[in-house]
Amino acid sequence: MSEQRATKPSPSHAAPGPVIKQPMRRRRSSGIGAPIARSRFLMIAVAVFAGLGLAWWAATGLGLVKPIFLPSPGSVVTQLGKLSGDGTLWLDLRTSIYRISVGFLIASALAIPIGVLIGSFRTWEAAIEPLVDFIRYMPVVAFVPLSILWSGTGDAQKFLIIFIGTFFQQVLMIMDNVKRVPADFIGLGRTLGLPDRKILTRIVVPSALPGIWDTLRISLGWAWTWLVLAELVAATSGLGYRITVSQRYFQTNTIIGYILLLGVLGLITDQVMKALGKVLFRQEGHVQ
Amino acid sequence: MSLPKLRIEGLHKSFGTGARRTEVLRDINLDLADNEFVSLVGTSGCGKSTLLSIVAGLQDFDAGDLAIDGAPILQPGLDRGVVFQSYTLLPWLTAQQNIEFALKAAGHDRATCRRIAREHLDLVKLPHSANRYPSELSGGMKQRVAIARALSYRPKMLLMDEPFGALDALTRYQMQELLTQIWEEHRLTVLFVTHDVEEAVYLSDRIVVMGIGPGRIMQTFNVDIERPRREEIMETPAFMDLQRRVHKAIREASKRPEMV
Repeated sequence: MSEQRATKPSPSHAAPGPVIKQPMRRRRSSGIGAPIARSRFLMIAVAVFAGLGLAWWAATGLGLVKPIFLPSPGSVVTQLGKLSGDGTLWLDLRTSIYRISVGFLIASALAIPIGVLIGSFRTWEAAIEPLVDFIRYMPVVAFVPLSILWSGTGDAQKFLIIFIGTFFQQVLMIMDNVKRVPADFIGLGRTLGLPDRKILTRIVVPSALPGIWDTLRISLGWAWTWLVLAELVAATSGLGYRITVSQRYFQTNTIIGYILLLGVLGLITDQVMKALGKVLFRQEGHVQ
Repeated sequence: MSLPKLRIEGLHKSFGTGARRTEVLRDINLDLADNEFVSLVGTSGCGKSTLLSIVAGLQDFDAGDLAIDGAPILQPGLDRGVVFQSYTLLPWLTAQQNIEFALKAAGHDRATCRRIAREHLDLVKLPHSANRYPSELSGGMKQRVAIARALSYRPKMLLMDEPFGALDALTRYQMQELLTQIWEEHRLTVLFVTHDVEEAVYLSDRIVVMGIGPGRIMQTFNVDIERPRREEIMETPAFMDLQRRVHKAIREASKRPEMV
């Protein structure tokens, strides 16, 4: 919503002419929470990216750092082009996307009903919430050796690590989403004589859905991290695996290329989820 | 006409247990006649909203008897329509669908739901907003849809918890006028909670003043101002005099016993 507001030009921007004559009325554009135009926002964001890229290009071009530590942007792009040309990149990408999809879907499919359950019923909350809260604080990284012991080094181990990394967080966040459903909504369901089951399916879940969607979006971002972690440690394919292998051969350009690629993938999934959420919940007018 | 529409007898309610137990309602006795409009007024903390919520069946109570048409109130149900201050329109449904939601719960088929919902949007003067979502409606419009929804399934009585409390003054006047019109045409039994004395006098047949520490009924005023009531009556001496007396009663009722 705040972005929408930002696109509306403020009166002082619409009529720049009399600004000097009426200096008192000029709005500061730097104050806390002061709106800026969308174009200005974009310009600043792009400038920061461009600036960093330029610094990178200059540092490597002028020979300030050795290519083995930081290869030039050109070298990274060429290397990505080469890996994409011989199919390596696409295979890695496909393997990793498959793993994150399955792992994330399993985690979400279990987290949503459990989160709704413990967000709605105090008995279930007592049974599950403290346990989940406890497990949540166990570092995912520490589970890696155990996960290999339990499920080898194949896809199952990747699913497991993604699951451990996302499920417990999701459950608690979805519980919170459900608890945020206004008490009066549930009161409404009761006054209409609806049984608990229908209040849950017709009021609580639809009402919590925009929040749940946001939880999925955020946890999907984390899932990328856990995927790469699992692939770095034990794998024979995937984006993380390629990064480890490249380290062995000092292919810094591949490492940096893949890290950038992971950033782009995360950004794309996030934007896609956001856009979908806006379409799915457009009538609610309060999508985060 | 011997049986009251709503009977509240010897109602007690407290929150918490042990040392933290606080009595919120003590020995409430109140009858609402058929088609009577009764307002509960009092300072915050007098338990007026709690009382309404108990009548709605949304909260339990410690002792006493509650009955509608002689049948004891055990749980919430479609015989009481509730209008909350917070509108409670489901944001993923249109105005029309919000009303249909209630009608569907009441067991009507689709065609009937659609027809009744339409009629009630007309009743609250929102015939052109049927397909708009709550986020596209103003506070007053939302509350009109909520009233339409509560009336649509023909409850035996209407329970309203500060329904106009969140609206600006002008919209509140319009809503009060609309509610009086609907009430005068359709003759409903209404239990209305408000902290706005002018609103209470304008709308009610009877005003019940509640006091604090614990919440109880202190005084009752009959509003002998003729109907139909229009905005002009607010300036009559009779109206203003009653308003003054109710104000005074609330002030006295809100002195804590230990301060007297």
